Amino acid sequence: MTKSYEEIPLTPISNTPSTMNMTGLWRAFRPIVDISKCKRCTICWKFCPDAAIKLVDFVPVIDLKYCKGCGICSAECPAKCIEMIKEGIE
Amino acid sequence: MRQVMTGNYASAYGAKLSRAEVIAAYPITPQTSIVEKLAELVSTGELKAKFISVESEHSAMAACISASIVGARTYTATSSHGLTLMHEVLMWASGARLPIVITNVSRAMAPPWSVWADHMDSIAQRDTGWLQFFCSSNQEVLDTTIMAYKICESRNVMLPAMVIEDAFILSHTSEPVDMPEQEAVDSFLPSFSPELKVEIGKPMGFGSLVKPDQYMEFRYKAMLAMKAARERILRVEKEFKQVFGREYGGLLENYRCDDAEVVLVAAGSTAATAKDVVDSLREKGQKVGLARLRVFRPFPHEEFRALASKVAGIAVLDRSYTFGVSGAFFTEIKGSIYDCPKRPAMKNYIAGLGGRDITPKILEKIFDDIQLFVKRREETDVEWVDVAGLPRRWH
Ligand code: SF4
Ligand code: SF4
Repeated sequence: MTKSYEEIPLTPISNTPSTMNMTGLWRAFRPIVDISKCKRCTICWKFCPDAAIKLVDFVPVIDLKYCKGCGICSAECPAKCIEMIKEGIE
Repeated sequence: MRQVMTGNYASAYGAKLSRAEVIAAYPITPQTSIVEKLAELVSTGELKAKFISVESEHSAMAACISASIVGARTYTATSSHGLTLMHEVLMWASGARLPIVITNVSRAMAPPWSVWADHMDSIAQRDTGWLQFFCSSNQEVLDTTIMAYKICESRNVMLPAMVIEDAFILSHTSEPVDMPEQEAVDSFLPSFSPELKVEIGKPMGFGSLVKPDQYMEFRYKAMLAMKAARERILRVEKEFKQVFGREYGGLLENYRCDDAEVVLVAAGSTAATAKDVVDSLREKGQKVGLARLRVFRPFPHEEFRALASKVAGIAVLDRSYTFGVSGAFFTEIKGSIYDCPKRPAMKNYIAGLGGRDITPKILEKIFDDIQLFVKRREETDVEWVDVAGLPRRWH
């Protein structure tokens, strides 16, 4: 049951940081990086709207806890080395 | 101490005397000398504040919101297209219940491109949940800025406010302004200490997602706060008068309305001119008065209803136009008095758009016209004043 307007704060407050929001659960497609073809240009890292890409020696490592599977990294990669594959298919 | 200053400097000193702690502003046109003065006061150390130059008015308000969330008293100033660019974040500020105070130098919206006085920009923000104060003198601009913080920061209000001054007529025109002592302002306006704020080690998200079963309660609370603002405005003005000796007539200032047969409703600088016109018509024996709309949000329903019961005609001057309807003041005043037992004749005058002068002569003619309208209502109740090509002459 919703609390009375008298018992709620002025504006909704969330006490958990956005890192608790596991946006990876939304994903329908998963980015797979072919490291052998990667040019280490970091373009994918710059474009990821969810900051789900970390760089290790300039090579992208995708954090699947947060990656929403939008495919922007794959579309922007000049070396065409990020492939989007349907979730659930190994 | 009395000084001669523009409305812009009066705004800047209002923010300075209120000890604004964070000022975020877009520094380029349509910005005015308000933030230029504040930047100078910050750089010389006269005002201890963080001045953030940002890339847009949208960002300026976003920065003010963030600063307000951590408990800083915040200020920004803008005008016309800058204010309308802020529109989205204005809603965010009121929804997050942050008592930010801004000055809007009210100007026309383009096209046609214009930089002159007009209320369209301010009127377009009437649904954002901000308090709106229309000022008629540079002194009022300074005093209202200080009062606005005290009104908005009170626990039962916690909403943001917009102090509105007409472009050029106030913003760039110098008038004598009494500058209150800092100590007096300090004791009138205590420092900002919100019940809820984000602190280091206490992270929080303000205004987070709620489901349909929770949303309405938050809006209901904001509605109550806007209602409470009404009493708060009256009380703060009373206190202000006790300390500084000046008052502005509450939400709707009645000037020689007591025995008036017809009154003019006007806001901003025009209302100051209208007082002189009322005086001169009174000398000629005409029973006219002025109801200066000082606070548009919260809307002065009770004041208008009281006025309606006393007069035979109300002329409403709008310095903006809502296409497909009429002037915004007109529609709202009409709606407000609909169920009054006695409803006066009402006519809307659209005048002064894009900075066209609203001269004493024009106001006199409006008073003549409303007196005729009371006796013999015409088909149209919305008249555009002083438009080339229309038959009626206003000069
Ligand atoms: S698919 Fe989208 S969210 Fe996932 S890593 Fe690539 S850009 Fe980021
Ligand atoms: S955009 Fe492609 S080539 Fe560039 S770093 Fe990312 S994966 Fe490697």
